[in-house]
Amino acid sequence: MLIAAAVLFLLLRLLPGDPANALVSVGADPEQIEAARRQVGSDLPLAAQFVRYLGQLGSFDLGASFVSGVPVLDEIGRRLTLTLPLTALAFICAILLAVPLGILAAVKRDRWYGNLISVISQLGVAIPVFWIGILLVTAFAVKLRLFPSGGFPTSGWRDPLMALHQLALPILTIALVMSASLIRYVRSATLDVIGSDYLRTARALGAGYGEALIRHGIRNGAVPVISILGIELASTLLGAVVVERVFSLPGLGSMLLGGIEQRDYPSVQGVLFISTLLVLLVGFAADIVQRLIDPRLRGQSGGRS
Amino acid sequence: MTDTTPVLAPPTSMRVTPTFLIGATLVGLHIVVGLLTLVWTPYDPTAMTGGRLAPPSLAHWAGTDRLGRDLFTEIMVGARIALSVGIGAVTIAASIGVTLGLLAAFASRTVDDVLAATLDILIAFPTLLLAMLIVAASDGASLGTAIFAIGIASSSIVARLTRILARRVLAMDYITAARVSGTSWLGIVRIHVLPNIWPTLIVNFALQFGLAVIAEASLSYLGLGAPPPNASWGRLLQEAQATVYTAPFGAIAPGIALVSLVIGLNLFADGLRDVADPTRRRR
Repeated sequence: MLIAAAVLFLLLRLLPGDPANALVSVGADPEQIEAARRQVGSDLPLAAQFVRYLGQLGSFDLGASFVSGVPVLDEIGRRLTLTLPLTALAFICAILLAVPLGILAAVKRDRWYGNLISVISQLGVAIPVFWIGILLVTAFAVKLRLFPSGGFPTSGWRDPLMALHQLALPILTIALVMSASLIRYVRSATLDVIGSDYLRTARALGAGYGEALIRHGIRNGAVPVISILGIELASTLLGAVVVERVFSLPGLGSMLLGGIEQRDYPSVQGVLFISTLLVLLVGFAADIVQRLIDPRLRGQSGGRS
Repeated sequence: MTDTTPVLAPPTSMRVTPTFLIGATLVGLHIVVGLLTLVWTPYDPTAMTGGRLAPPSLAHWAGTDRLGRDLFTEIMVGARIALSVGIGAVTIAASIGVTLGLLAAFASRTVDDVLAATLDILIAFPTLLLAMLIVAASDGASLGTAIFAIGIASSSIVARLTRILARRVLAMDYITAARVSGTSWLGIVRIHVLPNIWPTLIVNFALQFGLAVIAEASLSYLGLGAPPPNASWGRLLQEAQATVYTAPFGAIAPGIALVSLVIGLNLFADGLRDVADPTRRRR
């Protein structure tokens, strides 16, 4: 975490141009610029800036946006009410879609539809997120006029149905992208299970194929899939930038993009810090779930990295 | 891994799988088109030809964009841009990644630990996000910046792979033998390590190439890639989305071009893996 904070700090200080420039108007005299630099703290040496920055992180003070003056943490909190449900719903949809399809692709790998699923998931991995988004907009917003092409109601979640209607296409986009790669992992995990000795033993003891697969297979196959799920969820959180741009959603990703465009360091830093935190939490949660499912992992002490 | 150096089989005995053939054909097609645009395009890529946002016709196979430029021409030029980004980014990622990976594999325990931990953190960030930050850190977006950013961002993946592969080779008895007989570590890299790890690395480069093409398109889509008039597929798609209600066809063709190149590269990599490593048969 400390290293991550340091990397972020250095990366951001590489940005050319003094952040104080965002505070003063064009044509400000040197005195005003000097005052702005003192206010932002960019007149201090780099090491001092870093110590100050670590202190702020420790107390969860992410500073205020250089552009709007709003505290970054408040802004992030507001935007998370969009990004978190969006990611979570897409994640659930992806699991509901990918797990049955992945198992089907493995069990029926000799049939044409089993192969078709594999081929389509192969294709899905090669398609960039934003093109899927644009295609969905073309089909469902332009041609069928079923869903809006983007945006989010200003009333937020006070009208849940309307909000869901607005988010339907973004959710579908993320879910499709996620499930394309998930299907491949579920399929290969299922193949491992099918080829295992314990499944053959269960069958020999008189269990039906489906029964054996459900009773013994799911628990065993789930362990590797869950660690992949954790990684996928994390990269979706961080990768929300593109999807939010496609559907012009005011989420965390668009805050990051806006921050980069306007050289608004506190915003960029804050978003990256909070999303790194979330990513670590997700990884931690995935670890715990794995231990719950697989008793063999419980014996090991934590931190197997 | 055997003690003999796995060398790519000569073309005559190459197990050419259908996967490899399809992949090679798709990639080859893009290369031919990309090279062709250097000397000839159906229209001048920047010229206004015919009406604005015209649907596909015989004269304009993919229609025209909002300024009346021929989309098919722009897509052809896009192939050249995508390929140059891929080549540039993979070259950067390969040179930095392989060097770092080898250094980590040869370095002392402490240095190796620090490098490995740093790489793990860098890999946790999606390539696109790192590239975005690097583009933001440089002065303004350009094709060169995009190549540089994507190359740097994906070098950590190459470095980690190289480190793992090289360590595996270095654990072999014949390395100890070579060391005892006085071979310098550069000699060991050249004679033993590189020949053993390059087949796997090449396959990974092909995959990185595809990821770089997607990353460039995404950067351009976000407005952080090559600025106009560079007809990057990502920018074409972004412009097409702006006019999706009046001219929905514009969002199709650039995407197909992009996806066909990436799929071609992935299939090509799969095929290469079968050739380079006969023990690893695909299920």
